Amino acid sequence: MRDTQRIEKSKMGRTVLMLATVTVALSMTACSHAMMMIHGTGARRPAASEFGLGPRASAGGRYVATLEPARPLRPRQMQTVRVTVRDAEGRAIDEAQISIDGGMPQHGHGLPTRPRVTRNVGDGIYEIEGVRFNMGGWWEFTLAIAGSRGADTVTFNLDL
Amino acid sequence: MTNRIFAAAILILFATIATVTASGRGGWTSAQLEELRSMSLAELDSLPRDPTNRVADDPRAADLGRRLFFDTRLSANGRVACSTCHQADRGFQDGIALANGVGTTARRTMPIAGMARSPFLFWDGRKDSLWAQALGPLESPVEHGGTRAQYAHVIAESYAPEYEELFGVLPDLSRVPRSAGPVADREAASAWNALSTAQRDDVTRVFVNVGKAVAAYERRIEFAASRFDKYVAGLTSGQPGQSILTDDEIAGLRLFIGRANCTQCHNGPLFTSNEFHNTGVPPRAELAIDHGRLAGATAVLSDEFNCRSRWSDARAPQCAELEFIVTGEHTLDRAYKVPSLRNVADRAPYMDAGQFATLADVLDHYNRAPAAATGHSELRPLRLKAVELRQLEAFLRTLSGPIVVSEPAPARRTQ
Repeated sequence: MRDTQRIEKSKMGRTVLMLATVTVALSMTACSHAMMMIHGTGARRPAASEFGLGPRASAGGRYVATLEPARPLRPRQMQTVRVTVRDAEGRAIDEAQISIDGGMPQHGHGLPTRPRVTRNVGDGIYEIEGVRFNMGGWWEFTLAIAGSRGADTVTFNLDL
Repeated sequence: MTNRIFAAAILILFATIATVTASGRGGWTSAQLEELRSMSLAELDSLPRDPTNRVADDPRAADLGRRLFFDTRLSANGRVACSTCHQADRGFQDGIALANGVGTTARRTMPIAGMARSPFLFWDGRKDSLWAQALGPLESPVEHGGTRAQYAHVIAESYAPEYEELFGVLPDLSRVPRSAGPVADREAASAWNALSTAQRDDVTRVFVNVGKAVAAYERRIEFAASRFDKYVAGLTSGQPGQSILTDDEIAGLRLFIGRANCTQCHNGPLFTSNEFHNTGVPPRAELAIDHGRLAGATAVLSDEFNCRSRWSDARAPQCAELEFIVTGEHTLDRAYKVPSLRNVADRAPYMDAGQFATLADVLDHYNRAPAAATGHSELRPLRLKAVELRQLEAFLRTLSGPIVVSEPAPARRTQ
């Protein structure tokens, strides 16, 4: 009898845990990106190897991008960041249209400014101005690249 | 049932977060220590230059600005100065819900310390420099209530040598009426419209320079170390300053950087990100509908005195805050500026219109997270216990320290 109860309990525990995980996942999806939420969303921080300025491959593998901030990235400062865009074979991608998005997955908020490419430097290098991160921690910095190899996005994980 | 599962989910989440592997100095992990250090006043950068104001760091301008700040002649009734609401002995604020100038405003007086580091000024950020901010109340019918022509005359009559040393020769104001300006008062507005463009520019230039001198003074008003800073200094120097803060205060600090999520907005050495958020603070029924940053972001772009204006000393590429500003987003509706939490215990009541009388009221609001009357509150209920709210309040009280005004060097007279 006791054993049965224990099994029942542990089964129930597992079910609650599973349901809880699903609920957390659902509540995360419900958090629209634009909707800033001053509370944790439960997003899991990626492994340390996923962080950094690149080189980083785009989601569809069309491009490889590398970030180069003018000054080390710090919270609450207006920053300028250069991005180098190459194709998978390492050829510079010029004349690409790049739009910038980003935010904190664990907090569900976006960037506090609207950064944009202000200069096409050449040799696959673009200058992005107006970048600001309003607190320390894990930020996503996403570039939507429309270039000669097609449209693709690359997301950097940055630790401020 | 769903509620219980959700509660279980939250509990599991917190349990994961609370699983701390290392226990560094003072019981803090190295990541927490790093966060505490980032909030210490010792981490504050040196004061950034203000490219919009050529005299921002000129001690003569600060000296003139200080005298103007306390001068009640800069008002419609001769009884209101900047210092009427920004009282030096009360941390440059007035301790009342809605500020009283020549009339009553719709907003709580903001403190001045550290504001030179904020890209946008006022609760809705409708100004982008200290000097542009200072000019707003001077022409507000309920604050100083006067006109720019009146202020130009005051400068010409009482401050001519100091002014001319900084800004060059004063214009001829003999044909400019005592009261004229683009203000609500009809008589003053029609007198303003009767002036030539050159006369208006002459007057506006003096008015702008009044703002720039006041800003040079206000830039020097800064926070000094609090008990929190001493505690962090002790921790980072390897001598855990446990005795500097009580157990309750430390528990409050843990909540502050942890479950209470305060650092999402109140971060860095000034405990503010300087951004704008809707936290569902209820509007005052007696006031007109106020959309906060949604209106402020649009207003600053067309402000007569913004960074890109001809009255600014900056070059256009130096106006990045305007260039990359977020406007028109629904998240800006009834969003207000995140205030610094330094000295917060010394300046009740709280929020944009002084809606909350005490810190306990503020914390209760964040704990309950009611829906916003307009726009969407970004808060989620914290579900903290009464004892935890008291601990948070105890911690907030450790953020008080002196407010210092670095005195300008004695003015050099070169005439």
